[in-house]
Amino acid sequence: MAELAVGKPSGEVRKGVQAGISIAIGYAPIALTFGLLAKTTGLTIGETVLMSLLVFAGAAQYISLSLLTLGTGIFEIVLTTFIVNIRHFLMSTSLNEKWEDEQAANKVILAFGITDETFSVAAVREEKVTSGYMLGLISVSYASWVICSGIGHLIGANLPQTLQESMSVALYAMFVGLLVPSMKKSLKVVFLAALAACFNTIFTLTNTLSTGWAIVVATLLSAVIVEWIESVKSRSRGTGA
Amino acid sequence: MSSHIVWMIVGMTAVTYIPRLLPFVLFKGKELPGFVQGILKNVPYATLGALIFPGILFINEDIWFGLLGAAAAFLAAFLGANVIVVVLGSIAVLSVYSFLF
Repeated sequence: MAELAVGKPSGEVRKGVQAGISIAIGYAPIALTFGLLAKTTGLTIGETVLMSLLVFAGAAQYISLSLLTLGTGIFEIVLTTFIVNIRHFLMSTSLNEKWEDEQAANKVILAFGITDETFSVAAVREEKVTSGYMLGLISVSYASWVICSGIGHLIGANLPQTLQESMSVALYAMFVGLLVPSMKKSLKVVFLAALAACFNTIFTLTNTLSTGWAIVVATLLSAVIVEWIESVKSRSRGTGA
Repeated sequence: MSSHIVWMIVGMTAVTYIPRLLPFVLFKGKELPGFVQGILKNVPYATLGALIFPGILFINEDIWFGLLGAAAAFLAAFLGANVIVVVLGSIAVLSVYSFLF
């Protein structure tokens, strides 16, 4: 009985680690490049690793470097980071619904590790999400991010050009790999993804919204529209119309 | 370490962590209305659509590079490959493409 109680959560950690391996692979080239760019921007290795350790948000970290190069003030950089990362609010809200843990402290700590990638992997999991699973998933992704940032700064060189270019598809391919199995099972998922993809493409290409807001607005619009259509359909079916 | 950069990192840490954390505190033990729960269940799939497009098309100046990567990933996933195989397969296809062209 005691063994069972101990054995189950650690099994969840292991499953989380396994699920996190594709994230770790995808983060490696991005973090290496981040380390390299941070070096050319003039950050020390300590500052580079500190940023990856504390912020753990790829897009925002890249943007901060280009803003530093432009001589932008700290306040504006922090504000931009906030706008770029506001989408995580939506992701945490969604994940909170399927993540069960009586111990509030676990979620408070692990919330630090919610990224586009860890969220996506956890959110499409068929079973409920547990803190053990999140711990495994986040640890392996975080380790890859922090260590590769440091290595990138240390060696100050990229992967071979061809490999670097090819690996830039990694995280996108992972998102596709996470999405398609659900698309095959449900037409609703196909509509949700396609609609959000269309909105985001329009917002991005027309420059109506910055990247941070574009993803949030596209996601919300799609999620609300599809839910609304479904509720109208089921209501009309319910009244026999 | 320059204190200027460290303060920037501290600020970035706070504004990144807070949106990640808040929902877990705000909605703890609260039952949200059914319609809202429905929307939140839709969010992962909509997010994935928005994360993939249009980003995947612009990973390289050569738009065919992104299109080919997307096609390879969708095909592999459609045929039932698991996520790691989809990732490694797409990288392999693009490696061959950039080797050839």
